[in-house]
Amino acid sequence: MSVLNIFLQQLVNGLVLGSFYALVALGYTMIFGVVKLLNFAHGDIYMVGGFIGFLVLSVIAPIVGPGWTGVAVSMVVAMIAVGFLGVVIQRVAYQPMLNAPRLSILITALAVSLVLQNSVLTLTHGQYQPMGADLGFGDINLGMLFVSYNQMILVGTAAALMIGLELFVSRTQYGRAMRAISIDKDMCRLMGINVTAVIAVTFFIGSALATAAGTMAGAYYGSIWYFMGFLIGIKAFTAAVIGGIGSIPGAMLGGLILGLLESFGTQIPGIGSEWKDVFSFAVLILMLVLKPTGLLGKSEQERM
Amino acid sequence: MGTPLLELRGINLGFAGNTVLDNVDFTVGRGVIASLIGPNGAGKTSLFNCITGFYRPQSGSIKVDGHELMNLKPHKVTQAGIARTFQNVRLFQQMSVLENVMSGSHCHSKAGSIEAILGLPGQRREEAMIRAHAIECLEFVDIAEEVDRDATNLAYGHQRRVEIARALATRPKLLLLDEPAAGLNAGEKQGLLDLIGRIRDELDISVLLIEHDTGMVMKISEHINVLDHGIMIAEGAPKEIQANPKVIEAYLGQDDGENLL
Repeated sequence: MSVLNIFLQQLVNGLVLGSFYALVALGYTMIFGVVKLLNFAHGDIYMVGGFIGFLVLSVIAPIVGPGWTGVAVSMVVAMIAVGFLGVVIQRVAYQPMLNAPRLSILITALAVSLVLQNSVLTLTHGQYQPMGADLGFGDINLGMLFVSYNQMILVGTAAALMIGLELFVSRTQYGRAMRAISIDKDMCRLMGINVTAVIAVTFFIGSALATAAGTMAGAYYGSIWYFMGFLIGIKAFTAAVIGGIGSIPGAMLGGLILGLLESFGTQIPGIGSEWKDVFSFAVLILMLVLKPTGLLGKSEQERM
Repeated sequence: MGTPLLELRGINLGFAGNTVLDNVDFTVGRGVIASLIGPNGAGKTSLFNCITGFYRPQSGSIKVDGHELMNLKPHKVTQAGIARTFQNVRLFQQMSVLENVMSGSHCHSKAGSIEAILGLPGQRREEAMIRAHAIECLEFVDIAEEVDRDATNLAYGHQRRVEIARALATRPKLLLLDEPAAGLNAGEKQGLLDLIGRIRDELDISVLLIEHDTGMVMKISEHINVLDHGIMIAEGAPKEIQANPKVIEAYLGQDDGENLL
């Protein structure tokens, strides 16, 4: 294969990977925006999303088939279900901690992460679970480049979800309230904004987006297991930091950059794919040292 | 006349044994411009915080239009018809002027989160109405030409006007202004006086202000309440307040001797 060939192929791979990272990173960054919490359980929401998607798919596959139709329906049902789970977690675990010191709520998030992981571990006995989707292998030959339909649908779905989110955040009262809350919560209360309700909506959307990624990843890679949320959780956190934590376009950009970086990084001679995590976390460290506010983040002004 | 618009009875507020407000009775009538004055630390802003639901008084009653506000969450108080501005302007800095004012309409939007997520037609119509209302509010305060700028880039006097427009967007019955003239120059102060007058006359909204500029207070207020060390020591028309010995003593007793008269 020519260099250009490899370049284009890795570009596509990077976009797929980046879409997953971006979808999960969005939840990280939105939740950080409204409650200033690094929700370390977010990767596990992605995992639970994958499992709920699998459950729905196993019910509906005999009716609509295990192809993309089935996966799409499962994804939507799982997004709604896990969206509500996110709201419940926020109410039960985080709401009582909102006025506690920052460290307490962070530890709570780690606890939620352990609870989710171990619940699924117990239920599945730690086995890899085949997703049961059958997506086929069709692809388009663009001369030098093979792009599978699956990759196109995946990236297209992720893009559609992100555009939808962007419209929601910029064009609706709730989206505006979400941004306003991340700036000044008390002022929002005085504007008659029900802050608790907006926080719930934020957790719903964040969890639903992670679930979309979890279900699609399960269908695309073929299997799911209880620990699959751990690494992507940290990667998505990295993506959110690269883009500027709290910034929604930043999370999308950070996710794509990270995905591309990992797929191109594996092409450097003498460095195998087992090094791709090293790239990600080296970037995280560099970012935190050189530009902690991220690419699109604004420096926070301390209020007197 | 009927019931007053705002009625506070027996408000007691204390923090860790320190009394901030001591059995305060306080009323604001309909269609008036009233002022709350007093030396520094008298408890004026604390009283505002009680009215808007940020502080919970230990006892007392707060009624708007006859509806009890005690123990309501701040966003419910706003929905009941009370809006306020702050001593130091608090706009949503990274949002545009228009978005700032649109956020004030949130409490009156009927579309729920589900409609918003799905972008249903009803939600879109409402969004258009909210936008139109926000522009009306900005026109009312005379800064309609700056709608798309980031709030943080406006001149200070204009930021104040945006803050007032945002408060108006909540469709209040009573507008609380906390030192609205602070940091304004003479010309801007005159503009503010005119604006407050128009808010009462054209929008039929009562206004209650805390203000240190006593000249302005005397000029604009129809009714003045004086608070000192958490106790309401006087109330009445500007002329009566100026002649009230208790008020004079409260102000003269201060080290920095604010000049009331």
